[in-house]
Amino acid sequence: MRSDRGQSAPPGLKIAAAGGLLFLHLPILLIFVYAFTTEEKSFVWPPPGLTTQWFAVTWNRPDVWEALSLSVRVAAISTAVAMVLGTLCAAAVSRTRFFGRETISLLVILPIALPGIITGIALRSAFSLAEIPFSFWTIVLGHATFCVVVVYNNAVARFRRTSGSMIEASMDLGADGFQTFRHVVLPNIATALLAGGMLAFALSFDEVIVTTFTAGQQQTLPIWMLEELIRPRQRPVTNVVAMVVVLVTLLPILAAYYLTRDGDQIAGSGK
Amino acid sequence: MTSAVSFQKVSRHFGSVRAVDTVDLDIVPGEFFAMLGPSGSGKTTCLRLIAGFEQPTAGSISIFGERAEGVPPYRRNVNTVFQDYALFPHLDVLDNVAYGLMVKGVGKPERRKAAEEALSLVRLPGYGARRPGQLSGGQRQRVALARALVNQPKVLLLDEPLGALDLKLRENMQEELKSLQKALGITFVFVTHDQGEALSMADRVAVFNDGKIMQVGTPEDIYQRPRTRFVADFVGSSNVLPPDFVQRYSGQHRWGSLRPESIRVGRAAKGDGVAARLVSANYLGATTRLALDADGLRLHAIVPAGSKLPREGEAVTLTFNREHLHLMDETA
Repeated sequence: MRSDRGQSAPPGLKIAAAGGLLFLHLPILLIFVYAFTTEEKSFVWPPPGLTTQWFAVTWNRPDVWEALSLSVRVAAISTAVAMVLGTLCAAAVSRTRFFGRETISLLVILPIALPGIITGIALRSAFSLAEIPFSFWTIVLGHATFCVVVVYNNAVARFRRTSGSMIEASMDLGADGFQTFRHVVLPNIATALLAGGMLAFALSFDEVIVTTFTAGQQQTLPIWMLEELIRPRQRPVTNVVAMVVVLVTLLPILAAYYLTRDGDQIAGSGK
Repeated sequence: MTSAVSFQKVSRHFGSVRAVDTVDLDIVPGEFFAMLGPSGSGKTTCLRLIAGFEQPTAGSISIFGERAEGVPPYRRNVNTVFQDYALFPHLDVLDNVAYGLMVKGVGKPERRKAAEEALSLVRLPGYGARRPGQLSGGQRQRVALARALVNQPKVLLLDEPLGALDLKLRENMQEELKSLQKALGITFVFVTHDQGEALSMADRVAVFNDGKIMQVGTPEDIYQRPRTRFVADFVGSSNVLPPDFVQRYSGQHRWGSLRPESIRVGRAAKGDGVAARLVSANYLGATTRLALDADGLRLHAIVPAGSKLPREGEAVTLTFNREHLHLMDETA
């Protein structure tokens, strides 16, 4: 392909690009604006007045804190479980050949290919069959099924790119299995794990479908938001929460972007 | 004297494939030992058995008198230079070289000093701060060498280390490896499929085929006195002569080998010599390689460049010194 540097794109293309970007991001701005509206029963445009009172109201609502804390804990633990299992599985599949390797690889990826509603129903009936009461841990289990896939995919891609003889070289130079993992394997897959972990956390954080099937009385943040939309009062609280969530998640994602960008150069420099 | 490496009836099977098949081998301390053979002949598996990446299915291996079976690679005083160098991309050159000392718990100033010295030894002083990705193939090769040598191994294993280098660089590295080995006095075990490389560098060569050692000897032994048809053909593309042909010249019904450079090509004449016809001539620079047909037997001769050549298809007479006709062990 030819890149015509210095030559400007035709105006039609510019307008189309601007339109696409506006369509993607204008609704998000709208959510921000409604967080400041004085009208609490319904969203009307333009907002009749602007106020910051909803921030204080949100701060003082215990249900917001409960939902937020539950979501963070579920996402953190699902991600942790996924990082361990996903890495181990990726290492096994990419390092050794054994009977049923392709099948295992497919089975690991399947949960993300299946519609969430299938995973949800399957888990729900499995839990009730085994008479496991719905709890925090059933939500974690549900989320871990798709978090593992994300970590696994990232790790497997990186394992394929790292030379197998590097591990042998490390052992040859006197490092045992643990030292080899710490000094050679981990530094080479670290950025892939970080990226996989961030994605897994984000997926878990806004998951609705599987959660509705595997949660008991608890409300994760997305489920709390859904419920809140049906209620007639204090609607802008939802918008305040949404705004905070956007700001809080944007920062780590930007950080991860810059981290992996540098890291990829390091990891790829041996090729 | 204890052998540096000793194999007693060592086999390594992968399923039904006998990668290494009852091999006996003794490598003398301080020698430059080459394992030569085509790909799949078991030479690399033998190297990996010494390094500890493979365990023998049967037989026993000892390294300087110590039993090696079941000993993991990280507890052997043996280091390897890998075919793809296997440098660690996330570490700089100095940390790559110091890696072996780092995992053994040597202090930072001490191991950095040792690594600098090793880098000088391979003529890369001052390259410590670079990343492996910033080096050329030849430089990576040297770093891999320094990374192995810094551990002061008793045996250094080299797995086709020159395979990825271009011809000029390869010739330089051959000389350098040879003089490095002489200066350090470490036992080098070198795997290659290039017979020229094995003959020019090694003190002794083992020729592998189908998981077995065909012959072990000095380069001259291997080249001048091949014991089997395989060795004669693989090392220097000798003319392999069938027993019936050999009997006419030596009186013994055995397979023979005749070096292409031992054949003289003359005008067609009656009497002594082999009647043949020139099939083709390949100009190789210093020499010209002739393909000849002697009554259905394909022979090759190498003559100095500039010799007066017969035309293609022309009848010629081949003569050779009877001493140069080497009789091999095989009779059928």
